[in-house]
Amino acid sequence: MAPAPQLRYHSDEMIGYAIRRILISIPILLAVLTIVFLLARVAPGDPAQAILGDYASKEAVQALRERMGLNRPLWQQYLDFIVGLARGNLGKSMITGFPVARQVAYALPYTIELTLSGIIFGAVFGIPLGIYTALRRNRLPDYLGRIFSLAGLSFPTFYLGILLILAFAVWLKLFPAVGGGDLHNLGDNLRHLVLPGLTLGLIMTAYVTRMSRSSILNVLNEDYVRTARSKGLRERIVIYKHILKNALIPIISIIGVYSIVLIGGSLLVEIVFSRPGLGKMMVGAMLQRDYITLQSVMVIYAGFVVLINLLTDLAYGLVDPRIKYD
Amino acid sequence: MTRMISPRRRMLRTFLRNKTSVAGAALALAMILVAVLAPWISPYNPLKQNVYYRFTPPEASHPLGTDFYGCDILSRVLWGARVSLLVGTASVLLGMVFGMVLGMLAAYKGGRVESAIMRATDVMMSFPDEVFGIMIVVVLGSGLLKLVIAIAILMAPRFIRLAHAPTLSLKERDYVSAARAIGVSDARIITKHILPNIFGELLVMGTLWVGTAIRLEANLSFLGLGVPPPTPTWGNMIRTGMDHLTDAWWVSVFPGVAILLTVFAFNLMGDGLRDVTDPKLRA
Repeated sequence: MAPAPQLRYHSDEMIGYAIRRILISIPILLAVLTIVFLLARVAPGDPAQAILGDYASKEAVQALRERMGLNRPLWQQYLDFIVGLARGNLGKSMITGFPVARQVAYALPYTIELTLSGIIFGAVFGIPLGIYTALRRNRLPDYLGRIFSLAGLSFPTFYLGILLILAFAVWLKLFPAVGGGDLHNLGDNLRHLVLPGLTLGLIMTAYVTRMSRSSILNVLNEDYVRTARSKGLRERIVIYKHILKNALIPIISIIGVYSIVLIGGSLLVEIVFSRPGLGKMMVGAMLQRDYITLQSVMVIYAGFVVLINLLTDLAYGLVDPRIKYD
Repeated sequence: MTRMISPRRRMLRTFLRNKTSVAGAALALAMILVAVLAPWISPYNPLKQNVYYRFTPPEASHPLGTDFYGCDILSRVLWGARVSLLVGTASVLLGMVFGMVLGMLAAYKGGRVESAIMRATDVMMSFPDEVFGIMIVVVLGSGLLKLVIAIAILMAPRFIRLAHAPTLSLKERDYVSAARAIGVSDARIITKHILPNIFGELLVMGTLWVGTAIRLEANLSFLGLGVPPPTPTWGNMIRTGMDHLTDAWWVSVFPGVAILLTVFAFNLMGDGLRDVTDPKLRA
């Protein structure tokens, strides 16, 4: 008998909630930054030695350590790190000497377009598929849908990427297999996005289908759905007004949660397709033991996750006025 | 007249009635058998190189072809099952033990202990698995044991959350208060009164997550952070095949099929197991 929630904006309350929610994210982000900082310090190998190579003299290494601030107390380095971040300064790459921020600015659009295309693809195909299979529970479409989504859950992202490269780039020669394309040339950029986007999109579809299905099934058994049907409402109305609106909240949270999984997947996709992006940057930095770049990329990834969690919570509030903003 | 049946037996029946999950369990068992029997069933030594047969496409003598060094792919896939399944199960078990202890401790103790453990869990879970995995491996270094530890660290937070929530409600039950009232020690309450109630679900999810752990292992190996070649693992086989995708697709494709089948088997089985433990879905 709970009324289907309406899409309503309670602007004042909502803004207050948003501000509080953003404030809550700050300590989490700070904790994440601390972990990243500490991990980069306990990682084996001396960064100065890594830059200068194995044959550098002890004095040279010491001098460089001094110049990089590595000889200062840990808390001072930590403070520099946090203050630098607050100013948008990510430090300089230990290998190239260029500011990491510049590299990030180059890579970020590629990662964002890839991740977004995966999320959108997954939502556009996954939600209807989940609804369709849930309404035909235990019949053939449901059965096939379940197998499809379990298969998608079982696919290592990079392997799906390899199969798509083989099919569409090597054999059919329809799309390019490597690179990210020119960001200023839309057609070229999109052509390069098709296969990587499809890789993430298909996997996202599997997750979203499965979760939409179970969230619809949960609502199907509710009393108010039975009441609506027994009132003689048309099935379409029951589905749209009573089932979908209530099932939407868990679906949004699922899309939020799996967007985080998808960010991890984008890392592997970037490696498979040799696309520029954060993942490629991170793996490159890892192989070269460039800890400054590594820690910066991790910070950006973590920032993404905190942002997604924030957006998911805000979307909740928009969809469901029953959620109290306190 | 209906006969009384024990809950455990009823769970088994529910599971056996679900044909897809039985199929998953059979497939998973088959994979485990392959891993155990690899030395006897693989046609060649997986490390035996033969440059005359480099990149042989699939044919009668090499059903799945050979790689760059002329090693038999089928034999390498069969042997690779050992590493994947070993890493998958060992890391989940390790993660489960730590996660279980920490999760129960957090819920039972409450206060600062709880907030410290749960906030740390939140933070760990705010990294995507691959990103955090890379960082852990960078710190620990690579190798079989370190890979197990790295994946166990990724799995532990899931178990912490899983053990935390039910313990919160269990510790308020009368029989737990009664036990405390007669002076039973905390350690004994946790192991005798709380653990048995949550262990079933932890084990079920653990089984499901073996598939996840195997996928993580493949991901890390693919990035070059797993067990290095020439030891065959599915992930590093795919990685080495990547360079020759256009002229020798079989080098990468077949180990991938093995990963896919194994993870699929565990997911199918886990799907049925979850129905078994969820009373809402019990038919």
